[in-house]
Formats: sequence, structure tokens, C-alpha cells
Amino acid sequence: MTTQDTAPDIAPRKSFLAANPSVLWFLGALGLFTLCVSVLAEGFGLPVLSTSMVKILGMTLCLCLIAVAMDVVWGYCGILSLGHFAFFGLGGYAIGMWLMYARTEGIVIDSFENAPIPPTQTEITDAIATQIFGVVGSNDLPALWVFAHSLPLQLAMVVLVPGLLALVFGWLAFRSRVTGVYLSILTQAMTLALSLYLFQNDTGLRGNNGLSGLQNIPGLLDVPQSTLALWFFWASALALGLGYLLFAWLVSGKFGSVIRGIRDNEARVRFLGYHVEHYKLLIFTLTAIVSGLAGALYYPQAGIINPAEIAPIASIYLAVWVAIGGRGRLYGAVIGAAVVSLASSWFTGGGAPNVDLGFYVINWTDWWLVLLGLGFVAVTLFFPRGIGGLFDYLVRAK
Amino acid sequence: MRFTALFARVIAIAILFACSVVWRPGDAVAQESLQSVLLPHKAELSDPSRRTIGPVIASLLASDHPAISDFLRKWEAREVYQRPGDGLFFYAEDTGESLTLIDIDTGEAMGQVGSREVDQIKPNAGVRREVAAALVPFELNAPDPARRAEALEAIARSADASQIAPLAASIDSEPDADLKARKHRLLALLTAQFGADKADRLAAIDALSGDTSIEARSVLNQLTARRDAVAQTVPENANIARVLMVGSDITPPEAHDRLVANELAPPRQTATDLRDVLAQHIVDGRVGGVPLHRLNTVENRAIAYEALEAAGTVPPRAAEDEVARAVAAYVFYEEYREPDPDITNAAEAALTATSRMLGIYQTLDLLLDGVSLASIFFLAAIGLAITFGVMGVINMAHGEFIMMGAYTGYVVQLFVPDYTLSLLIALPLAFAVTFGAGVTMERLVIRHLYKRPLETLLATFGISIALQQLAKNIFGTQARPLTAPDWLGGAITLNDIVGISTIRVAIFVLALIFLALLLYILKRTRLGLEVRAVTQNPGMAASMGINPDRINMLTFGLGSGIAGIAGVAIGLYAQVTSEMGANYIVQSFMTVVVGGVGNVWGTLAGASMIGFLQKGIEWFNPSNTLAAQTYMVLFVILFIQVRPKGIVALKGRAAGD
Repeated sequence: MTTQDTAPDIAPRKSFLAANPSVLWFLGALGLFTLCVSVLAEGFGLPVLSTSMVKILGMTLCLCLIAVAMDVVWGYCGILSLGHFAFFGLGGYAIGMWLMYARTEGIVIDSFENAPIPPTQTEITDAIATQIFGVVGSNDLPALWVFAHSLPLQLAMVVLVPGLLALVFGWLAFRSRVTGVYLSILTQAMTLALSLYLFQNDTGLRGNNGLSGLQNIPGLLDVPQSTLALWFFWASALALGLGYLLFAWLVSGKFGSVIRGIRDNEARVRFLGYHVEHYKLLIFTLTAIVSGLAGALYYPQAGIINPAEIAPIASIYLAVWVAIGGRGRLYGAVIGAAVVSLASSWFTGGGAPNVDLGFYVINWTDWWLVLLGLGFVAVTLFFPRGIGGLFDYLVRAK
Repeated sequence: MRFTALFARVIAIAILFACSVVWRPGDAVAQESLQSVLLPHKAELSDPSRRTIGPVIASLLASDHPAISDFLRKWEAREVYQRPGDGLFFYAEDTGESLTLIDIDTGEAMGQVGSREVDQIKPNAGVRREVAAALVPFELNAPDPARRAEALEAIARSADASQIAPLAASIDSEPDADLKARKHRLLALLTAQFGADKADRLAAIDALSGDTSIEARSVLNQLTARRDAVAQTVPENANIARVLMVGSDITPPEAHDRLVANELAPPRQTATDLRDVLAQHIVDGRVGGVPLHRLNTVENRAIAYEALEAAGTVPPRAAEDEVARAVAAYVFYEEYREPDPDITNAAEAALTATSRMLGIYQTLDLLLDGVSLASIFFLAAIGLAITFGVMGVINMAHGEFIMMGAYTGYVVQLFVPDYTLSLLIALPLAFAVTFGAGVTMERLVIRHLYKRPLETLLATFGISIALQQLAKNIFGTQARPLTAPDWLGGAITLNDIVGISTIRVAIFVLALIFLALLLYILKRTRLGLEVRAVTQNPGMAASMGINPDRINMLTFGLGSGIAGIAGVAIGLYAQVTSEMGANYIVQSFMTVVVGGVGNVWGTLAGASMIGFLQKGIEWFNPSNTLAAQTYMVLFVILFIQVRPKGIVALKGRAAGD
């Protein structure tokens, strides 16, 4: 757990970065990775990486960011939240509303271009509403979309909606001292309720059609997708770097010691005079906000968001990534998310070659989940420290 | 060649035979033959028209010939043929290439003819209706009870006043008690609707009050049917249901729309119409003096239109105040289609009583639905109540054990075609399969994680996705049927509203059996005692000579085995898919948590609460089960705030931490 003893003294008083060399290593690796992808990307120079590959890598970085948040809330604070992917989805919905509204507004105004008489504001809004909600049989803009015309307000929603939901939910749950597996089930119930709610056609978010066409950024329609993909990749890398720095700083100091204490023995920390609930609530809300931001960066690259993304299973997968990567190590979460999500898309996308056993051909699109499930059981049983534990072992071996 | 010769010979024989029948006058001695009754009308019968057929049918029926109604029925069904040469009528059987003619009097086959040699008589739809109506009294008195029942159904389908008299006349001679009751009832319904005598009608309507059958309700609804109307004053002689207040009962735009529909007012101008009109009058980039680019507000458009109106280029439009004035000049009311107010008042009163009964029955039905949903939740959660509730193990693969049980039932049905037998085999087999799976999982995985509950959650989740995918690989993605035996296929219905399918009753009974069985095992057997001892204090139990490993294994196996049986039961009414378990897992955990951990009664309470509540919420908004589930989950989250330990909370030492 402690890496300080191997850190060389650079400054007289150990600065945060000097005390945590792994952060520098990580940031360096991330920078190098970003540079490599940029140079090799179709949108920049050498057309080695296709646009869709750059998008997948950018999306993976967003998943790494939410995995880091998950690691803080679970690996450091001991709250196994099965709801963080719901916050991720909410962030995506919040930005998706603006993307969809603004783009539809552009289309509607273009369509009025040749009209003999300029349209009134009501006519424009009605036309936008018909365009967006025609698919669920409605012509009115729901009250939920009142801020959708404005990017700054909707960006505020990206932070506020997941933040407030986490604050209220966390306050209710922590106040009545719901802990352990009960809290996990409760967060799962919250996720289920949210996805069921979004699946309804009349709740103003287009039911199971979700929001689509998010890859077209209003105002940047003449920028080619290959360039946009690269921009989003950079933004995702920046967000991951900043998020990692923030959480590494947060868990390294006294605050970090307290939340680790809560993880290991909540009652003892409470008896020492700490307001355990406040710490937990802060961590829960902060990680929810970061998850929302990660979602807001992810879905413009994915292009579509629908309620199935928020289903409880997604949040469990998030826990799977963190566990495979190694809990209690931020880099472990990043490794877990990157490895498992990239492997998933490689195996299920038909990239992996089939294995011919003679009597049976293993088709990976069918057998990947079985492998993942069993591998996950093996990791839980035999390598509770995950892949990150391997790094610890190597560092210590030096 | 030989075939043609044979064919010709057959026809020759047929014609000879047919002629011999016609030329046999002896038959008419006992009774006039049907053929001779028909002959005077042969022109009308062979080419019937709706206007002329009435008297023909009447005179035919008046002949009182016993076979006449049969003939008319066949005629109506286009089964009668006429030979063009002599105009005689025959029935015929179509044998593919040729027709077998049948004598209409004796019913004997008369040989085969080609389909060109006789004409099929095809009465049109109007004629067939006439015939059907004329036949009603005959059918009502037909000797065959099935035909009488059919006639009753035909009357109920297209009821009208003319059927009252024949129906009433047929009641006294009705031998069958059941049919007699049905005739009485149909007569009451017809009298209420069409009766000539007002006192009779009122009595009949009164008798319908509180009757919740669909027919009675539809009669009452027809009697109280209203139509929207508008007039300058409320007419004196109309049977008014109610007068609508503009503003409260009907909005001014709706009222105006009604005026427009009755051509009492010009249509309102919509924003689109206004824009189109303005667009037609653009002069030098201006409309009515307003520059085009300024026409992007409603106010400026109004100014432009008024300018055009003042110049006389466009007709005046119905502005807001004109709409209000037009609406104020008229009264809007609802009028009964039935002109007699006494009848409609009686019908309304009867309808009120009926809807009260309806409310009671619907509540009863809702309660039944709630019980059935609760027993499904209970079945799905009861295994979990043991593994999670008693042992404290979070088993995310519990849903997959349910799925395993259901697939076991499906596989058994593949080998044993008799559904009752296969069900009897499937239930214990499903228990055995999932018991084995549970014990294996406990030995291999869960045993190592008793100290780390959160990791049990993750490991069992890994098993869950592996099992789910495995089932998908083996059985495919489409749903597999698990067919219930016939004796479970029907439904138990009290009346048109209250009913429950037998399978749900069976699930309820199964849930009760499990409750009793589990209580018995936990409270009255050695195993139960040891289970409780191990869960309360494993160390102490071990020192008393109990083997905690063995007990944990058996307990986990028991919980999993019950999940397997629940799977068979759930598979009988829902479809068997690889994802069916995942649909129940969150709900099952909520059931256990809400009910209170560590207690079978708690699970029962949790399942009842969740089941009834979900049905209750669905009742408010029946079209949206998703919304009901959403609010249900929200309620559970809030409920746990109030009672974190569930409905039935353990107290004292049994509560553990």
C-alpha cells in the first residue's frame, strides 16, 4: 500500500507529486499514449488509426475516468456503489439534450430559410419539438428541456443533476446507516428505478429511443468527424489526467487516511470523532459528479444514449473492471477498465480468432462472457489485488 | 377414353335416376313433397332479390312443411342447386371434380353430375339477412339444442325489436332448463332495449341494476348513450342529459370547434393559416406595410393582417373576441339518444348501481392479482431468503438458478410428452439440479468468501453472467415454451370481471406449501436447528459438535434447490429465456430486504407488500407497468429509510450485528 519509502527526495519538503511518484508515472504514460494516438490518428497525420478506433480509445479513456471514481468510492471508502453508471448516463443525457436540441434547431431554421415569412419563436420551438418527439408521439417540448437551448446551462446540468441525485440519495442512505451489501442493493434499486423511468415514452427523454445523433456537434458541423474524434480524444485524456490528479491528491493526505479508515473500520473512525456520514457523502457526491462529466464526454463520441446504458448491469460491470484492475490503486482502476472494455469489444466484435478444438469450435462472440465471468470469479478468489497488485509486486521486487 | 365413357355412363344413370324420382307421384300421398311446395316460387327462389323475397319466405313458412326451415338454411348457405332443364332443386355435395346431387325430400344421393349441369343459387347478403331473420322463430324452437343456443347468440349479436315476440313465444316450450334461463335473460335485455310497453321496459331496466355482465352493461350504456348538440336555446322536447358550462365543462376553443362542425360559425384562423394568407400578399418585401423581416412575432403579424383587412384585400377573421361572442350565443348540451326521460333516468340509476358493484368486483379482482403477484415474488425470493436472509450470502446467481430450474422443466418436456407427468418429473429434478449447482458453487467459491460479503457479490455476479451466456449458447436466444398441463390451462372466473388463471392459483398454492415446508424445516427439524445455530454463532455451534461446513453447504443447496422449483413454476406462466432470472434478481433482493433479513415471515411480508403495492400503483395507471415499477422501487428506497431492518425486524441477539 505504501509507496513513499521508494520515492527519492527531490525537494526538501516532500511535495504531493514527489510523495506519489506513481501519479507522475501515470500522467507521463497518459501523455505519451495521447501523443502516439494523435500522431497515428487519421485526423492528424498518419492514417494508421481509423476514426472509429480513435473514438473507441477516447471512449475508453472516459470509462477509465469513471473507473477511477468508482475506485475512490469503493476501493478507498468501501462503499460498493452499484449506481455510478447511472450518474454517468445522466451526464450523457444532460449534454445529449443540448446536442440534440441545438442541432435540431439548426435544421429547423435552415428549413425555414426559404419560407416567405420569417418564423416566430413559437413556430421554431414547435417545429423542434415535433422533430425530436415525433418518434414518441408528442409535439410538445417537455418541461425537462427548458434549459436545452443553452450550452452553459446544460453543462451546469451535467454537474448538478448527478451531483444532486447523489447528494440526496447519499444523505438518505448514510443518515440511516445503510451499509455494506444493503447499500449496494439500495444503489442498484436506484439505478433500476432510473432506467425504468427513462424507458417510459412519456417522461420527456424519448423513452427507449434515447437521444441520438450526438456525434454531430452544433456549430462544428463542417469539421470532419476524424478531427472531432481527435478533439474529443484529447478532451477525454485531459479529463482523465485532471481527474486522476484530483483523486490522487484527495486520497493521499489526511482526508485519504480518514476515508480508508472508514473502509476498514467505520465504527472506530466514528468513535474517534469524525463525522463519517459527511466524509462518505462528500466522496459519494464528488465521484458522482466526475462520473457525470465522464458520461458527458463519452456519449458525444458514442453518438447515441438510451436507457439500456443505465441498466443495473452496467454498474456491476464497472465494479468488475475495478476489481480486475485492483482496488485501492487508482492506476489499477484505469488498467482494469481499459483492459476489460477493450478486450470485450475485441472479443465480441469478432476480432478474436475462433479456436477449433476438433470436436467443437469456440466462437468468442458466444464464449467471451463465460470466460469473463469465470475469470472474474478467479480474480476475486485468487488475486484480490487484481492486475494492479502485479505492479505493486514488481515495484517492491526492485 | 375409357374414363370418358365411364363418366358418360354415370351421368346417364344419374339423369335417369333423377327423372325417375320426379316421375314418382306416390310420394305425395302422405304429405305434399317439399319440391312441390317450392315449385310455385321457383323463379323467385332461383334469382332472389331483397325486395321480392319477403312474401315468398312468408308463404313458404306458412306451408308448415317440416323440412322447409332446413331448406331455407341451406339455401341461405348457398348449398342449394337448381337444374336448368326442369327447375328442380337439389342439395349437393362437392366431391372436387363433380357434384353429388341429393334429393331434397328423401336425402338420398342421386348420382353425380358435372358442376356445369346444375346452377348453384347464390342469394345476396341482403336476401340472406331476410332469410336469417325469418328463420329466427324456427331456430328458437329447433329440436337440436345446439341450434337453439346458436339462435340465441345470433339474436344477442344483432338485437332488434322484431325478435322479442318469437323469443317470448319460444320460452314456454323450452325443455332445457339452462337454455330457458338464457332465453329469459335475453328477453329481459331485449325488453329493456326495445320493449313496446313502457312499464315493462322500466321493470326490465330496473332488473338490470347491479348486473355486472358485459351484455347488461352494454344495454344500459346504449340506453344512456348521448350525443353532443348545440342550439341557440335548449329545446323543450329533447331529453337533455346535461347542459355544458363553457369554461368549466367545455373549453371555449372546443365549444367553437363544435360550432364550426355544425356550420354555425366560421373556422378560427390558425397560426399556419395566418402565415399562408400573409405570404400570399407580399408586396415589395412588405405585407400590409410591415417589412417582411419584422413578421417574426405574433403581434406584428396581427398588425399586418389588420392592415390587409382594412384595405379589404382579405376577409375578416375570427379573432379571440369574435370566438367568445359566437360561443356565448349558443348553449351546448348533451342529449340522450333515447327520447323518453323516464327510461333514461331508470337506466342511469341502474348504471349507478352497476358501477358500484363493478367497483367492488374490481377491487376483489385487484386483490386477487395482488395475491398472485405476491406469491410469484415470494417464490422467487424464498430461496434467497435462506441464502441471503439466513446465511448472509449475497448470491447474484440466484436468478440464474431460477432460470436453470425453468430450463430443466423445458428439457424434461422434450423427453416426456405428457405434460402432467413431465411436470411431476420436472419439479424434483429441478430441485436436484439446482441443489447440485448450489452445493458445487458453495464448495468451490462461496466457502472462501464468507468473511468478505462484498466480494461474494462480485464473484457470484461473475458466475451469473457465465451461466446466462452458457444458457444462451446451449438453448439459443429465443424464448422456449414450458407448457402447462391442460388442467392448469384454464381460468377460474366468478363473473365477467373477477377471474384468475388456474396457473396463478397453482403458484399461490405452491408458495403456501413452500412457506409451510420451510418453516417446518427451520423450526422443527434437526437440520433447521443446526442451520440456526451455525448462522447465529458458527464457533459455538462447531464446539457443540455441529459441522458448520456441512450445514452451510446444505443450507445453500436448499436455497438454490427452491429457486429451481420456483423456476419451473415461473416458467409455466412466463417464457423461459436466458435472461428470465435477471428480471427477478433485483426484485427478489428488495423483497428480502424490505421484509426483513433472516426471517421467512419477513420474506412473506415483503413479497405481499411489494406485490400488492405494485398492483395498486398499476391500478392508477393501468397502461404503464413501467411507471408502476419505477414508483415501486422509489417506495422501497424510501421505506428502507424508515425501517432499515425491514418489516419483520429481528430483535435481541438473533439480530446479530
